[in-house]
Amino acid sequence: MHVSFQVQAGDFSNAGKVSSTVKGILKQLNLGPAHIKRIIVALYEAEVNVVAHSYGGTITCEVEPESVDIMVCDTGPGIPDLDLAMTEGWSTATPEVREMGFGAGMGLANIRKNTDRLAIDTGEDKPTRIHMCFDLADGATHA
Amino acid sequence: MTLRDVVQIVDGTVLCGDDNLGREVHLGFASDLMSDVLTLLADDILLITGLSNNQAIRTAEMSDILQILFVRNKRPTKTMLDLAKEHGITIITTPYSMFRSSGLLFSKGLQPVY
Repeated sequence: MHVSFQVQAGDFSNAGKVSSTVKGILKQLNLGPAHIKRIIVALYEAEVNVVAHSYGGTITCEVEPESVDIMVCDTGPGIPDLDLAMTEGWSTATPEVREMGFGAGMGLANIRKNTDRLAIDTGEDKPTRIHMCFDLADGATHA
Repeated sequence: MTLRDVVQIVDGTVLCGDDNLGREVHLGFASDLMSDVLTLLADDILLITGLSNNQAIRTAEMSDILQILFVRNKRPTKTMLDLAKEHGITIITTPYSMFRSSGLLFSKGLQPVY
């Protein structure tokens, strides 16, 4: 199953809508609750990052019987120092983002914690592409 | 304790989800930091927060948290309440501070996550 969504930069009132929709789809596909939770937490963190830090982007999800693949791609401005950005507590969040309850520098670390495989392609003045893979080792999807 | 007990202990007001006041809750987590909430693995949690915006409801939804206590009389917007209703999340407000609410609930048996 393949689904794709647009995410608007700065649209905080709708941040999380894509994750909510995907959660509904995963429930319909009968994934186990533990799988759904880690997939959706990682996706939500990534979605908020696109809203908060990028010029906007897309989220695509591929759900297979054995795995879920999610690509989160924005159009920039990119992360100049990825190692630093992966450090818990490091953040470039604006006051507006902090008012939303985010921007504590835990997002990427939380994404890494919840994914089985994570690849991030980024750089200064470049788009950011986050590829998150989740194994459904116990065959929790019956779709 | 039940959500009805929570309401009584913090002198709270239920803004939506009255039907769920018999629901048991065993763990409490107090935070205005939603990324911190998203690190929690347990489901059976009362989120105690002063952050009254859409992301508090969204974070609860993503974390499978079915009850939120807003402290210091924070009033969720209609959009927030509609979102909470859509996902079966009970919303309670209290005039007490986060510290006082947490202390009272802890003293009555609500367990910490960590």
